[in-house]
Amino acid sequence: MFRIDFNKLRFLVCDDNPHMRRILRTLLHSFGAREVYEAEDGATALEMYTHYVPDIVITDWAMPIFDGLELAQMIRQPESKGNPYAPIIMLTGHSEKRRVTVARDAGVTEFLAKPISAKGLYQRILNVVANPRPFIKTKTYFGPDRRRNTNGAYIGPERRVGGEMEILQQPSLLDKARSGV
Amino acid sequence: MANSKSDIEVKKFADHHVITQPNPLRKVLRRVADDDSDDPVARAEKALADMSGDFKDWMVVESTRLSAAHAAILAHGFTDPARGELFRAAHDIKGDAVTFGFAPAGAVAESLCRIIEHAPDLSRVPRELIDHHVKAIEAIVCERTKHDTISVASELSRRLRGVADEYLARVNRDRPDHLEAIMAPSIVPAD
Repeated sequence: MFRIDFNKLRFLVCDDNPHMRRILRTLLHSFGAREVYEAEDGATALEMYTHYVPDIVITDWAMPIFDGLELAQMIRQPESKGNPYAPIIMLTGHSEKRRVTVARDAGVTEFLAKPISAKGLYQRILNVVANPRPFIKTKTYFGPDRRRNTNGAYIGPERRVGGEMEILQQPSLLDKARSGV
Repeated sequence: MANSKSDIEVKKFADHHVITQPNPLRKVLRRVADDDSDDPVARAEKALADMSGDFKDWMVVESTRLSAAHAAILAHGFTDPARGELFRAAHDIKGDAVTFGFAPAGAVAESLCRIIEHAPDLSRVPRELIDHHVKAIEAIVCERTKHDTISVASELSRRLRGVADEYLARVNRDRPDHLEAIMAPSIVPAD
């Protein structure tokens, strides 16, 4: 069994709601974290991200002016001088599947829907610490691998090409339909 | 704890790069015995429980913020900033209310968020629909200490959601993207 030495981790928490920031701070301190920096909007969080170089970012989505999604996009700039690889956990009241997809496509590492729980937060942190995913860079995306399952037979329109994936011989969906498979 | 650029390995493919690096956070993981008694989650849950005496006051603050956002809309109409503030106030209640022990208020706030997000024209939403959502949240927060109000609050939130969903389905009948989002199940498991 593994445990996390939270006292060696530096967190940046971004939420415009002071009550949620206090809850997050309490949970993280209870886990054992000592360094928890807080921002109440995305712009401040980005400044603090550059200044404090946190190991993990926990951000809300809905905030005025500069929201959590934009914060994630700003952090995930491959050519930036800062660290574009830090895990980002999006903690949000949004609870629709399409929101998860949008967050994933912005480079968010883990998604945690409110209501918050100690267990849910701990599991997301454990996951980003123990199971980091490789990063993928394409023309339109830079962030953690969006595929959590390896499926070499995937033939959808967004299939990556190159390397082993390119030589897979798969009938098209149209061919499959015609042959009745 | 970030890696230096020299630690990063890049494999190039036709239309993408795969970037791997030594796990910079590996050093914070430590193996413990299976019967290790330290339970950080239980510790955090206890800390949260210790804070719960403040939750009622926090919920009043959230509810007051929503009422103020609603009053601004009644006075000045649905300007972009006013709409944004009403949405964020409702959205915060949606996210916080269960933690604070006001689950029915969270359900009503979720219904209000759906109206703000999916109504094609907020100025044409029946005024009573939004009024009733805001007043229901105020009442649930105000009456929370009375045990006999819990079932009433749940029924109130269920009915408001029903009316709101019926309205949203009707006004979005020609907007399939919104209709799909309205009908899609939440990713948060039901109680």
